[in-house]
Amino acid sequence: MSTHILKNLSSLQNLFVEPFQRIFLGPNKVEELSKLAKSIVVPLVALSIFLILWSAGASQIETSLGTVPGPGQVWTQSLQLIEEHKEERKKEVAFYERQEKRNAAKLEKNPDAQIKFRPYTGKATYFDQIWTSIVTVLTGFIIASIIAIPIGIISGLSPLLYTALNPLIQIFKPVSPLAWLPIVTMIVSAVYISDDPMFDKSYLNSAITVTLCCLWPTIINTTVGVSSIDKDLINVSKVLRLSWFTKVFKIVIPSSIPMMFAGLRVSLGIGWMVLIAAEMLAQNPGLGKFVWDEFQNGSSSSLARIMVAVFTIGLIGFLLDRVMLMLQKAISWDKNALIR
Amino acid sequence: MNSYLTLSHVTIDFPTPSGPFRALDKVQLDIEKGEFISLIGHSGCGKSTVLNIIAGLHQATEGGVILNGKEVREPGPDRAVVFQNHSLLPWLTAYENVELAVKQVYKNTKSKQEMREWIEHNLELVHMSHALDKRPDELSGGMKQRVGIARALSMEPKVMLMDEPFGALDALTRAHMQDSLMEIQAELNNTVIMITHDVDESVLLSDRIVMMTNGPAATIGEILKVELERPRDRLQLAEQPEYNHYRAEVVRFLHERYKNPESQSSGDTTDIDSSNEKTKGNEDHKEDEKPVLYAVNE
Repeated sequence: MSTHILKNLSSLQNLFVEPFQRIFLGPNKVEELSKLAKSIVVPLVALSIFLILWSAGASQIETSLGTVPGPGQVWTQSLQLIEEHKEERKKEVAFYERQEKRNAAKLEKNPDAQIKFRPYTGKATYFDQIWTSIVTVLTGFIIASIIAIPIGIISGLSPLLYTALNPLIQIFKPVSPLAWLPIVTMIVSAVYISDDPMFDKSYLNSAITVTLCCLWPTIINTTVGVSSIDKDLINVSKVLRLSWFTKVFKIVIPSSIPMMFAGLRVSLGIGWMVLIAAEMLAQNPGLGKFVWDEFQNGSSSSLARIMVAVFTIGLIGFLLDRVMLMLQKAISWDKNALIR
Repeated sequence: MNSYLTLSHVTIDFPTPSGPFRALDKVQLDIEKGEFISLIGHSGCGKSTVLNIIAGLHQATEGGVILNGKEVREPGPDRAVVFQNHSLLPWLTAYENVELAVKQVYKNTKSKQEMREWIEHNLELVHMSHALDKRPDELSGGMKQRVGIARALSMEPKVMLMDEPFGALDALTRAHMQDSLMEIQAELNNTVIMITHDVDESVLLSDRIVMMTNGPAATIGEILKVELERPRDRLQLAEQPEYNHYRAEVVRFLHERYKNPESQSSGDTTDIDSSNEKTKGNEDHKEDEKPVLYAVNE
C-alpha cells in the first residue's frame, strides 16, 4: 500500500512540475507554453466575465439592507472577517496571559493556593465557525460510512437482504435534511441526557442529520460494487475454498473499492450541503449559523458577509471532494477508473 | 473402474422458464493420472460445463465425478482452474496472487520461508521471476496467463483444469505459451484437462482429444488418441504425416460430422474462427453460470 501512495505522490509531482519542465526543457517550447497559457487564460476570462456581470447586476437591485453587494464589497468583508479573527485571537492570548500572571502572583503569595483556570469564552470568529462546520460534517460522514459500508457489502453479497432493504433505502434516500432535523432534535434531547455533556446537542443534531443523509449513496454504490464483482474472481475464491471472511476481505472489498469511493464522494458532497441547512436550524456554531445570524442581524454589511460564506462553502466543498479524490487515488488499485 | 478421474454418466439440466434444458447427456470418460486431455467442440456444446462440473462449480443432475476414489461435490484446490481471462486479482502483484493460493493450501504444512520459496519456484516455472512485484495491469495478456498457471500449479492439484487458457492471446504468444506448457508438463507430469477451440493446439499438447457433439444434450462424440512422441516440436511435427492425419481427423469431426450449427461457411479452415467463437462462448458461459452467482450467497 505504501508504494501505491508513494507512486501517487510522485504522480502529483508530475502534475505540477512536469508542465514547467516541458516548457523549459521540452522540444516544442512554443506549443507547451501556449497550452499552459490556454489552461490559465481561459478560466481567467470566464472569471472576469462573471465578476463584471455580477457587479453590473448587483448594483441594479435595491434591498431593505441596501444595494446587493458587488465583488468589491465582498472582498472588503472577507478582509474584515480575517481582521476580526486576528483581533479575537489577540484578545484570547491577552486573556490567557493575564490569567497566568494572576495565578503566578497568587502562587507567590501562597504556594498552596487553589488556582483557577478558566477557558476563554470570546465570540466565535469566522474561522472558528468554518472549523466547527468541517468537524461536524466529518463526524456525520464518518459515522455514516461506518454504518453504510458494511450494510452495502452484506446486501451486495445477499440478493435476499438487498430485496429486503431496497424499499427502505429508496424511501429514505430522497428525504430532505430539514425533515429529519426536528425528529433528530427531539430524539437527541430525549436520549442524550447528561449533566456534563461531552458534545453540544446542536453539534449532535447537525452531525446525525448529516449521517442520515450521507448513508444512502454509500450503501447503494457499495451494494452495486459488491454485486458486480467479476464472477471469475468469485469462482477463484470457491476453488481456493476461502473462508467467508477471507473472501470478503481479500476479494470482495478490494474489488468494490472504486465503486465504494464513488459513493463516499457523493455522500460527502451531500453531507456538506445538508450540514449548512442543518446548522441554520440547529444553531450549531458553524457556517450555517453564521449565515443565519447575519441574515437576522440585518446590517448593511450582512449580505456581503453572507456572500463571503457562500464562496467559503463552495471552496470547502470543493476541497473536501479533492481530499476524497486523493484518498481514492491512494487506496484504489484501479487507476483507470479516473475519476473526475 | 480404477482410473484416476472418472466422469460417470454425467448429465446436467439447467432450469429455464420453459422447462429444464439438458446441456449434457451421459458424458462418460476415464482419465489416467498424468494424462493430458483436450476437450474440443463448437461453442455451446457444453465443454465449459463439463469442466465446471469437474471443478465442482456446477452439480451434475445425474451421474457424477470421481477423483482418486472420492466423489466431487464442491470446488477445491485439488482441482485448480486456469480461467480464460486469467482472473488474477487486479490489486495484487503476481507474487501476491500466487501467495493467496499458497497460503490457503499450505497454511498448516509449510513455514513462511518454505511458502516464499514455493511461490517463487512456481513463478519461475512459468518464467515470471522477473515480474514478481508487477500487478496484472502492468503485464501483457500472455504474462497474466502465465501467472494464472503458476497459481494453479502452486496448489499441486490432482488435476489441472484449463478453460481455453490461451483463447484470448494472439497467435505468437499462444505458441510460446503452448511450448511453456509442454515444458512444464514434461517436468511435473500433471493430469490436465484443457478446453480449446484450436485444432493444432489440441493435437500438439494432448494425449487424447475428446471431441464433443453439438448441444443440446451434448455428449462425447469421439475420442482420438494422439500417439506422437514427446517431447514434441511444432516445427518438426508440421512435416510429419501422422500429425497431419490427427489434425485432419479432428477437423473432419468438427466440420463434417458435427458442423457448427451457427455458421454455414465451408469447413476448410483449420482454426475455428476463434474471435467469433469467443464472444459466443462467453455469452453461453454467462447463461450457464447464473445459478452459481446465487449459490455464493446461500
